[in-house]
Amino acid sequence: MYTYSEFDKDFLAERNAQFRDQVERRIDGSLTEEEFRPLRLMNGLYLQLHAYMLRVAIPYGTLNSAQMEQLALLADKWDKGYGHFTTRQNIQYNWPKLRDVPDMLDALGEVGMHAIQTSGNTIRNVTADHFAGAAADEIADPRPVAELLRQWSTDHPEFQFMPRKFKIAITGSPNDRAVTAAHDIGLRIVEKDGQIGYQVLVGGGLGRTPMIGKVLNEFVTIDDLLPYLEATVAVWNVIGRRDNKYKARIKILVHEFGLENLQDEVAKEFELRKPLYDTDAVLGQLAAIAPDFASPAFQTASTAIYQTAYDTDPIFRAWADTNLAEHRADGYAIVTISLKKHGETPGDASADQMRLMAQLAREFGHDELRISHEQNVILPHVHKSHLKEIHERLRGAGLATANVGLLSDIIACPGMDYCALATARSIPVAQEIATRFDELKLEHEVGELKIKISGCINACGHHHVGHIGILGLDRAGVENYQITLGGDGTEDAVIGTRTGPGFSYDQIVPAIETLIRTYLDLREGAEETFLAAYKRVGVDPFKAALYPEAKSRAA
Amino acid sequence: MPRKFTPKVVTANHLLEGDVIYLTAKGTWSRRLEDAALYTEEAEANERLNFAATQADILVGAYLADAQAGPDGPEPTHFRETFRTRGPSNYAHGKQVEL
Repeated sequence: MYTYSEFDKDFLAERNAQFRDQVERRIDGSLTEEEFRPLRLMNGLYLQLHAYMLRVAIPYGTLNSAQMEQLALLADKWDKGYGHFTTRQNIQYNWPKLRDVPDMLDALGEVGMHAIQTSGNTIRNVTADHFAGAAADEIADPRPVAELLRQWSTDHPEFQFMPRKFKIAITGSPNDRAVTAAHDIGLRIVEKDGQIGYQVLVGGGLGRTPMIGKVLNEFVTIDDLLPYLEATVAVWNVIGRRDNKYKARIKILVHEFGLENLQDEVAKEFELRKPLYDTDAVLGQLAAIAPDFASPAFQTASTAIYQTAYDTDPIFRAWADTNLAEHRADGYAIVTISLKKHGETPGDASADQMRLMAQLAREFGHDELRISHEQNVILPHVHKSHLKEIHERLRGAGLATANVGLLSDIIACPGMDYCALATARSIPVAQEIATRFDELKLEHEVGELKIKISGCINACGHHHVGHIGILGLDRAGVENYQITLGGDGTEDAVIGTRTGPGFSYDQIVPAIETLIRTYLDLREGAEETFLAAYKRVGVDPFKAALYPEAKSRAA
Repeated sequence: MPRKFTPKVVTANHLLEGDVIYLTAKGTWSRRLEDAALYTEEAEANERLNFAATQADILVGAYLADAQAGPDGPEPTHFRETFRTRGPSNYAHGKQVEL
């Protein structure tokens, strides 16, 4: 866990004092809204449909129990007792009052957290694999480098007024759980001839023009990484389009300028910048960060309690089967706490739930928590002997839903229930799908399935990379939901294919049920997942089921 | 041909609270759409929007929203404006419980 230095603390305190002053000047009329707006956005404060919204960064999704408890305190003291975890490892408060926000930021500063660069045309919160440092399949923990990138990008003077926002994600594992291919820059730790390096993807992104990232460089060493990334961002910052915000992201530059041309420009820029970098100083900085992410002292103990519970308690077993992942240490497991209880809002946690998760992390989890882009909370290091007790305590708080990776583990953006940009609601669609399949008791039979819902084309809900994606639109003053199939957010990233005309609010849940039943009918066995079946048969059988009238017209 | 003007209310968000407010016939601001003045003439609607723009110490982001006359006052015609009159659908928060 990275600990703030005196420099970090002073910087944050000064930034918060500046913002407190800016808020006062907005209220007393010295600043117009036009002047104030970019200042509040730089500090994560949006104005949404019904209220302000404060977006707080959880860098690379990592936090400790004290930080989680502070997030709970903010929810209780200045919001309505809950927070919403997002697909970019942030937490959003939906109801702050303008005058309270400086106090909220000061409270965050007490535990080394902030809302800087969670908005605006800057480098945003650097996201990472939520299993980092724990996963059995990992080459190296990506978080020290993620922290290095956070320090490099925070208040970077060259990158405060870019053509558009810029998102970076990093994974240390070949199984990509960080959707790196859908980021402006995706970093994948790779190994070549015994040396660790970074594969750099560029130009991924969802939104209006979804694109899968392309390999800008197969292997960048740690010595070169910062100047190389800086060269990349700098080239785009200069030649990226500023005439049209919809064409401003680096993915459009890759598309219009060409990958090879971009590679050439970045190489030239890198040659200019590399000599200006004090490589030893950067490596020293990284070496100073690394111990904060050292492995906890793993215990060796019997796992007999776990095995007995697994063999005798079917409720525990169902939870263990879906919500545990393989840990690299013997006797340990990674616990995913589902924030997707059937019928609840995906990604929301009450202050009480946050405090319980913090307490469990402190007692059993080496004081570590993670937030996943799939809007769940993770206890990354849990000895199996504690799982039974953890499960029982989670059950008491409505946090033991056994559905991770299943149909009801839905990503949903806030949609038109909160967001000023949304064109339709997403949360109630997610709630109704989860509730419906809970009634049908079908989701364990269906198996692995990722449904992702966005309430507008900006695609915060990652619908393009959902096995089933749902996009809510406004069609002639009515909510309308388009379906995409076959999307994939992993290392084999694919943008889903649209099935055809959209469905009304009342028709979308039945349409999803039709898709699931079609899959169950055509799959070759329980081991063939929805995505695998889709890859085998293509979109046509699903289209035929969704649009029977089109088929009869064609006949 | 220019589109036919449809009746409008002036709406915005309150500067301090952030919640949705509407301009009344008296030139004050109300949390309730029913209290809003409904403008059927484009010139008057624009004039009231310009007035709202001078109230930066009270509000943020004033705009004209479509509405129609109802028995108790203006009613929304688009679902987005309907949501703004009551709050989110996933919790009993906002106007639906506060007004």
